[in-house]
Amino acid sequence: MVRFILRRLLQVIPVFIGTTLLVYYMVFALPGDPIAALFGDRQPPQAVIDTLRSQYHLDQPFWVQYGLFLQNLFTFNLGNDFTGQPIAASLARVFPVTAMLAVEALAIQAIFGVAFGVFAGLRRGGWFDSTVLVASLVVIAVPTFVLGFVFQLVFGVQLGWAKPTVGANADWGSLLLPAVVLGLVSFAYVLRLTRASVSENMNADYVRTATAKGLSRPRVVLAHILRNSLIPVVTYLGANLGGLMGGAIVTEGIFNVPGVGNKLYQAVLRSEGPTIVSIVSVLVLVFVVANLLVDLLYAWLDPRIRYDQ
Amino acid sequence: MRDKEMITPEINIEEAGRTGVRPLLEIRDLAITFKTGSGDVQAVRNAHLTIMPGETVAIVGESGSGKSTTALAAIGLLPANGAVSGGQILLDGEDIAHASEKRMIELRGNTIGMVPQDPMSNLNPVWKIGYQVKETLRANGRPSGTEDIAKVLSQAGLPDAHRRANQYPHEFSGGMRQRALIAIGLSCQPRLLIADEPTSALDVTVQRQILDHLETMTNELGTAVLLITHDLGLAAERADKVVVMYRGQVVEAGPSLELLRNPQHPYTRRLVESAPSLASRRIQVAKEQGVEASDLLAPAAEAAVADNVLQIQDLRRVYKLRSGLGKSTDFAAVDGVSFDVKRGTTTAIVGESGSGKSTVARMVLQLEKPSEGRILFDGVDTSLLKPKELFKFRRRVQPIFQDPYGSLDPMYNIFRTIEEPLRVHKIGDAASREKKVRELLDQVALPQSTMQRYPNELSGGQRQRIAIARALALDPEVIICDEAVSALDVLVQAQVLNLLADLQANLGLTYLFITHDLAVVRQIADHVCVMEKGKLVETGSTDDVFESPQQDYTKALLNAIPGAKLMLPPEVA
Repeated sequence: MVRFILRRLLQVIPVFIGTTLLVYYMVFALPGDPIAALFGDRQPPQAVIDTLRSQYHLDQPFWVQYGLFLQNLFTFNLGNDFTGQPIAASLARVFPVTAMLAVEALAIQAIFGVAFGVFAGLRRGGWFDSTVLVASLVVIAVPTFVLGFVFQLVFGVQLGWAKPTVGANADWGSLLLPAVVLGLVSFAYVLRLTRASVSENMNADYVRTATAKGLSRPRVVLAHILRNSLIPVVTYLGANLGGLMGGAIVTEGIFNVPGVGNKLYQAVLRSEGPTIVSIVSVLVLVFVVANLLVDLLYAWLDPRIRYDQ
Repeated sequence: MRDKEMITPEINIEEAGRTGVRPLLEIRDLAITFKTGSGDVQAVRNAHLTIMPGETVAIVGESGSGKSTTALAAIGLLPANGAVSGGQILLDGEDIAHASEKRMIELRGNTIGMVPQDPMSNLNPVWKIGYQVKETLRANGRPSGTEDIAKVLSQAGLPDAHRRANQYPHEFSGGMRQRALIAIGLSCQPRLLIADEPTSALDVTVQRQILDHLETMTNELGTAVLLITHDLGLAAERADKVVVMYRGQVVEAGPSLELLRNPQHPYTRRLVESAPSLASRRIQVAKEQGVEASDLLAPAAEAAVADNVLQIQDLRRVYKLRSGLGKSTDFAAVDGVSFDVKRGTTTAIVGESGSGKSTVARMVLQLEKPSEGRILFDGVDTSLLKPKELFKFRRRVQPIFQDPYGSLDPMYNIFRTIEEPLRVHKIGDAASREKKVRELLDQVALPQSTMQRYPNELSGGQRQRIAIARALALDPEVIICDEAVSALDVLVQAQVLNLLADLQANLGLTYLFITHDLAVVRQIADHVCVMEKGKLVETGSTDDVFESPQQDYTKALLNAIPGAKLMLPPEVA
């Protein structure tokens, strides 16, 4: 198992270099001059432009720029963004907020998705199953930004149950409403996945045998149906965690959450190569670690899976 | 007071010697109905059954006869769409046909235990064996410490029980899993054990060991057993009484030997006649005609070609098994096997799973390359065939596989299925191919209208006929049957074996028959090769091998045929 984990961590290196190289190149290839954009309509003296260019190494060829970025990365110095702020500091500000948001959304999906899915799957064709299926279809069909604005209006403004926007001081409570919106679509998928898996496993021979042994119904469901049904769900949730971290741009925008999505969006607008690549690098790490966790969880859920071979 | 039990309306069985003892389980007029999309289906009607304490009763019938459904009703495990629609299930006098789920949970495990059919799918793959025993003990209020678990497992015949308890089902062989399931079924010392085809998925020798062990355990504990089986020989050997079910009804019941020797109902008679474990001879008609056919063919065959259509010489197949850290060990699945197959005859390769018999078949079919040794077909080394010659070779040697559900493409209708080999080999035009398909359907005794149907609309026996028709499409000389009848019910199996025998007689076909079932070998083969762990341990004519087996392994295999000891005195033909 240790060997497996080590091997997986080593795989991070090529993945990391590949993604950062690709993203760095795409930013480099973007049309328009980031320095000119900094000054808006004003025309700064050429000397200022040149200084700024050399300060941010924009006058260097692509490979040198990328090399310098990597060098900075390994010395834990991400450099400054175009407004002169250290990138490391701004990342340290935005990532915890998005992490909180993602964890909250993930918990909502996992807990409610699995619970609803189990109930629906056990009574397939019942009123609960039918209701939940239709509702989940609606959730999947309606775009996130529509859901976001509706929730903001109804729960935030009209009912006043939550703060309509998050603002600078994000905490678990204020992030709840955006987390619900963010988690809702995946919640519907988790629910459907669990439901299908449960209703399939319900008819498994070993479930009948478990009942024949004299086990109570709750025990049969928890020990023999649920655990076996979780295997596909865990895969989906793991892959989804990465998506929650990076894909919260719309939700963070609607609720004014000072997180990764917002930061990334602004950086893209300003063609700030180093900031974009730094954010992407961290996201790559999150993805890799999330997938590793899924694989480990897999082996725990299904002992037939062994990675040491 | 004498206890008179009405088993069927016609037959009275006197429970002699059990005067005053109340039956443990009594099923009266039981009816079970399933709700399906196309209306209600009555799966069981007027079923009667009595089990006295400590007694073993077998229900025999083919799939769909309602035997398992009846047994499942007794433990309250009918599928969700099924329900008892009439009659009573009396357990010690208490009617449990409509008992509450709470009451059934009390009874299951403690009073009624179950050993299910398929050891591969009946243990939860994600829990350790020990845990699956533990939860049974705990749910029934029994001590469930490590020692208790080990005791339960070792009583079921699992050696090294402490270590075994810490393993997962996938680390167990089929036989060991079945032992674990028996351990679970008997762990709480129930008064009644329902054993639903407990060994049908296992090799005969393992089957025998497990049934012996089950018998010993239930005798010691005084457990009554309701044994469900499709094998009349096995039922007669193991049970005090046999109940025969057919299409949801009990057609006959009585003491085992009596019923076997003197079957009353026409269905029971057919079952006795076709039970492979009880048949003592090669299918006669075929043998006589077969000799005739090969005589007719003999002059036509080229003189230069030896009588042996297939010659297997020192065949070896080695697999590399990975044993971690880049090391590997060699495993010889087939090790130095040589035998000849005479034209127009049937040669059977018998052995348990893992004996290498299917690997031999795959190598003969050129689906796998031998590591060493040669396979001569008509005197030509098949390994030297060029791709074009190999293509021609495939026309002459055709396979029929075990699983008639898996070997037909569900998206192809029957016409396309049978026509495909003709099209691949570019034989004839559309019209002549259709004519050929019609002929083939006639040959396998299926109506020509079957052409428009799809595999899922056909029964197992019909599908296997389709597989035979497809194999015959290219007028092959040799047919390799890999467990071709193993998945079929006895009566259907007998029909298919007869069909194969007739085809051999009419077309002069040569069969290489791979099977684990010696009873089938007895019925169809002229020559037998017995394989054990990759090696050929005995070979000879079927009669010789069956009458005077030389090797201990062959003797063990023969002894393990259920009902072998009950073999009926051979009637004079």
